[in-house]
Amino acid sequence: MSHESARIRAEALESLLVEKGLIDSELVDDVVARYNDRVGPLNGARVVARAWRDSAFKQRLLNNGTDAIAEYGFEGGEVQKLVVVENTDTVHNVVVCTLCSCYPWAVLGLPPKWYKDPAYRSRVVREPRSVLKEFGTELEADMEVRVWDSSAEVRYMVLPSEPVTWRELPEQTLVERITRDSMIGVERLG
Amino acid sequence: MSEVKLSGRYEPPMANGEVLFDAPWQGRVFGMAVTLAEQGRMAWSDFQGMLIEVVGAWDADHPHSEEEYPYYELFAESLSRILVQKGLLDSEEIHKADGLMAARPHGHDH
Repeated sequence: MSHESARIRAEALESLLVEKGLIDSELVDDVVARYNDRVGPLNGARVVARAWRDSAFKQRLLNNGTDAIAEYGFEGGEVQKLVVVENTDTVHNVVVCTLCSCYPWAVLGLPPKWYKDPAYRSRVVREPRSVLKEFGTELEADMEVRVWDSSAEVRYMVLPSEPVTWRELPEQTLVERITRDSMIGVERLG
Repeated sequence: MSEVKLSGRYEPPMANGEVLFDAPWQGRVFGMAVTLAEQGRMAWSDFQGMLIEVVGAWDADHPHSEEEYPYYELFAESLSRILVQKGLLDSEEIHKADGLMAARPHGHDH
């Protein structure tokens, strides 16, 4: 299916679904707006910033990500199970979905284009260090790299390491500085 | 990133200043799939299974391709197939609707 025929198909499907009363275009508008405005990496950044400042929350988050974020009431019901993996001085985590593009939408919004790219999906498993280097992230030789393959059942998010120079910053400032890429694991902060 | 200039209710979603969809129809197919799942018309996991199958077939056909990965085209294909498989639409009426949409004069396509 070409780009043009997919565009036509999108309209064809919507007109048929509306005609049959299977879908309401306004609900589709709402969903698009929700992913536009209310779901995004900002949610993940809030979770990470809090985990850096509240060690009890961090422990809950690492023990059971799904339960720990439940209190936020993030939208994005597709997140069946959220597993948060922590970067440390000796371990660097990176997330991929080798099968398609499973991604923790509720905390990170929609996946970036490169996340869906076959090159990223296959290469990050085989040669994570080279791929990370292309993202500008050069890991020390003795740093252990762990690659997490997301699935329909389990979505992973990285808890990045907090830069030492950020320790005195207020949580709100942290939220603004924590990037989506750091929570996928292709970037280190600071 | 390619610059996208769209306006009105079809403005593509943005997050952290990044365009998530390259064209409005991509937002529509995505929005339709989520809406259908949320309204209980199809299980999200069934759609996802179809997407995995369709993406897998594309990957198999393009082993060392430099060609850009047409994610939302595969997404649209998957949505069409799952709707047919679930008996919500039939493929003949989809093709008929494709023809009607394609035949509309330019400028009336949004």
